[in-house]
Amino acid sequence: MNPIIEVKGLTHIYSQGTPFERYALDNVDLQVNQGEFMGIIGHTGSGKSTLIQHLNGLLKPTSGTLLFEGKDIWSDKKFTRDVRFQVGLVFQYPEYQLFEETVYKDIAFGPKNMKLSEEEIDRRVREAARFVELSDDVLEMSPFALSGGQKRRVAIAGVIAMEPKVLILDEPTAGLDPKGREQILSNIKNYQTAKKATVIMVSHSMEEIADSVQRLVVVNDAHIVMDGTPSQVFAHAKELEEMGLAVPQVTNIFRRLGELGLPVDTTVYTTKQAVALLSSLKGGASVC
Amino acid sequence: MLKDITIGQYFPGDSPVHKMDPRSKILAVVIYIVALFVCKSFVGYLLILLYLAAAVKISTISPRSLLKGLKPLVFILAFTAILNLFYTFEGNVLVHFWRLTITDAGIVRAILMVVRVMMLVVGTFLLTYTTSPITLTDGLERLLGGLKKIHVPVHELAMMMSIALRFIPTLIEETDKIMSAQKARGADFETGNIFQKAKALLPIMVPLFVSAFRRADELATAMECRCYTGGVGRTKLSPLKWAKRDTIGMAVTVLMLAAVIVLKVFGF
Repeated sequence: MNPIIEVKGLTHIYSQGTPFERYALDNVDLQVNQGEFMGIIGHTGSGKSTLIQHLNGLLKPTSGTLLFEGKDIWSDKKFTRDVRFQVGLVFQYPEYQLFEETVYKDIAFGPKNMKLSEEEIDRRVREAARFVELSDDVLEMSPFALSGGQKRRVAIAGVIAMEPKVLILDEPTAGLDPKGREQILSNIKNYQTAKKATVIMVSHSMEEIADSVQRLVVVNDAHIVMDGTPSQVFAHAKELEEMGLAVPQVTNIFRRLGELGLPVDTTVYTTKQAVALLSSLKGGASVC
Repeated sequence: MLKDITIGQYFPGDSPVHKMDPRSKILAVVIYIVALFVCKSFVGYLLILLYLAAAVKISTISPRSLLKGLKPLVFILAFTAILNLFYTFEGNVLVHFWRLTITDAGIVRAILMVVRVMMLVVGTFLLTYTTSPITLTDGLERLLGGLKKIHVPVHELAMMMSIALRFIPTLIEETDKIMSAQKARGADFETGNIFQKAKALLPIMVPLFVSAFRRADELATAMECRCYTGGVGRTKLSPLKWAKRDTIGMAVTVLMLAAVIVLKVFGF
């Protein structure tokens, strides 16, 4: 596999030299591979937000190196800026960063900063709007007149319009209703398949993570403590609970079933798998 | 960056200075400022500096973080120094070129003025570093309580001040976040001439104002939900208490002022 981002010995200390000094990350190593969909989980203050802000050069590491496509992000200023376009970062509650008069102009902010031609900007804005299912008449509206879910999608489109090779999203679905959540998740997946992009998603919802990602990284107390497929990670239910995290509810049900002595696989983590497993137990007959 | 702004910041601590009553601390700072402006001699400044150093030592606040707060004032300090240096016409002329003259009295005055401004700032910083904004406005409200009799809305003013102070860190954090978000979209705040730089601030200012208004609205609703009606009949969760250390602190401060005045009278 081809690593697109490599993190080596990354340490970040906040407010160094004051009474508020705190290690946000302590000697972290991580490899993000080309084209994968990676999830990051960790409770509030574990260092995961600090970690993702290093991946596109927004924060400078106290020590350690970050390579993007094999080159040190901080090697020269131009490259650092370039990396910000290649690694798109969508912050938590990104709708609070909207500022332009129209949705179109706001989405065009990123591409414009890339100094692209008018036609290219127009193409990217319209394509990004399609990815997040915004209709053409919305493009001419003020972003402040939209609903919460729409605003969120405009903000995500603003990053997608830069066509980053790596798309990082910090809790993209926080505070949305189930329908809005599903829509955003499918938008992200569509972008990934269409552009063969790498996606990193931070989330608190284990169900959401379990449904989307191929690889799961757990951050706790400034360290990466687990790194593997969702089934490998969710097999450590006890440790996760000790960190203040949880496993998907489905996994919990199957663990309990296993404890009760039923011959089931306790590493199930999506409802789809659960349905398949249960129907095979029933002798292949379809459920419902 | 923005996180380095220290104005109005509070460093929690457990020192006697932290524990002092805000009223005595505010009064001490007022007396300290009076002393600074009364004083005209090096000996006097030395005395006040000694007082300041003792207060800093007791407060356990590192002198370095106090001095860091002076950074944004470098321009004003330089301006003060230059103005006093060139616009003092008494004393012996040392250098004279073009229309500018530098006299020995000018040099002395420039140094004293810079020292005065620096001590002024460090002294007031010590107050905000060791007193949480809430207790600070509490103390201020009590000190100005007498003005209520002539219908000055002291409580409302204090409430406004504590809300403003309370939201400084929040807004700084918010600005930081918005800046990062726009930087992630390639916004450039560093290069370009002054007009380009001003224009580059727009993507920060608009969201910041929008969220400030949203916050204000939410706060007003929350206050109303808790039946806030203003200062009349309101009691305190933790009433201010005057302790022995306050009496000692005040005594030392008044003594310092007295000494400075005596020094001045005797011409030092």
